[in-house]
Amino acid sequence: MDAQTIIAKRIAQELKSGMLVNLGIGIPTKVANFIPKDVKVFFQSENGLIGTGPIPEEGMAHPLLTDAGGNPVTALPGACTFDSAMSFGLIRGGHVDITVLGALQVDGSGLLANWMIPGKMVPGMGGAMDLVTGAKRVIIAMQHTAKGKPKVVESCTLPLTSARPIDMLVSEMAVITFKDGKATLQEIGPGVTVDQVVAATAAKLVLPEKIPEMPL
Amino acid sequence: MPFRIQKLSLGGNEIMKTISEADAIALIPDGATLMIGGFMGVGTPERLLDELVKQGKRNLTIIANDTALPGRGIGKLVDAGLVARTIASHIGLNPETQKQMIAGKMAVDLIPQGTLIERIRAGGCGLGGVLTPTGIGTIVEEGKQKVEVNGKKYLVEAALRADFALVNAFMADYLGNLAYVLTSRNFNPVMVMAADTTIVCAEHIVPVGLIAPDHVITPAPLVDYLIRNR
Repeated sequence: MDAQTIIAKRIAQELKSGMLVNLGIGIPTKVANFIPKDVKVFFQSENGLIGTGPIPEEGMAHPLLTDAGGNPVTALPGACTFDSAMSFGLIRGGHVDITVLGALQVDGSGLLANWMIPGKMVPGMGGAMDLVTGAKRVIIAMQHTAKGKPKVVESCTLPLTSARPIDMLVSEMAVITFKDGKATLQEIGPGVTVDQVVAATAAKLVLPEKIPEMPL
Repeated sequence: MPFRIQKLSLGGNEIMKTISEADAIALIPDGATLMIGGFMGVGTPERLLDELVKQGKRNLTIIANDTALPGRGIGKLVDAGLVARTIASHIGLNPETQKQMIAGKMAVDLIPQGTLIERIRAGGCGLGGVLTPTGIGTIVEEGKQKVEVNGKKYLVEAALRADFALVNAFMADYLGNLAYVLTSRNFNPVMVMAADTTIVCAEHIVPVGLIAPDHVITPAPLVDYLIRNR
């Protein structure tokens, strides 16, 4: 199983029926592919849709029905549309149960940097700052290292996304939670040892007595 | 200004006289501030943007969610070099915007999307601004006033207004009532309220009464000019 599939499958287990969920672009989008059939989740696209369905079959796209990247999507029966003030009222107002986003860096206390690299990449924060500030639960989906360098760092060197720490990080190597500002290793990835996770992590990790392998 | 009288009295009912996009865009001076609806070019009044390019309006300030892609939506204005300043939440999918920003040809203010839409909403609703937790503890808070309400910190984000709002709707009637479809609604109904003059381009213009009262999202008195369909 490749890294992205491991991450998406593990995060999919956090989604329960009835939840309102916002998925970011990249690995987070893949989470939708691994939700069990009997789990019915409401997916929000922040451009104004609840009830986002899969990518339409060829010839079935509508130019005015798109995701936040401007790409065609479908709307499931029971979907609804609204303006951007409503959409971000939902996000900032704590009505979104889970948001899944990518990351550039996460620090030992759970603070996130995911929107710019000064001098290199300045795309704008879009909805990221509102999502991290307002969602009930923030889950980060990311590969554990970038070009061999840890992305879980002691302290973020890149500009922060929010003063609000994330709740959970899922990589192909680990599930880490951040309750009470402590990075705690909860699970390890398939075929990975605790020592390998610690070696690939630049922040101090709390290691509970039992650290099971991710159920996938 | 040939079209000062926009509403036409007919049979006791006041209805809206549609105008051409050329006449509507001619109202906009160089250097104007424009709010433009749409999200990655979806729900953007393309005909109005094409006309802005055709008439070569200069030195514009654009308030919008994003600058779409080169050749699409607001990207057309960027391509033509008409924009002096952009106030948006995301420009990452338009390399031309980033190029002009880095070259110093265009100023870009990046604003969290939820803050941007609320600042526009405030501008249209007579509020001086909004208090938001978004941006606290980040570089977004630099230079802004902070207040504490019920033990929680907020940024004071000032209201935004524009000279003109260029808006797309799916359906309009000849009074100016507007309805939207699917994800093309986005910033449009919020911007309608936040500009001195609102110019609306609708996919369909229908007789008064055909949009049911409960389905009207933007009430007619908010619309100043409705573009004639060809």
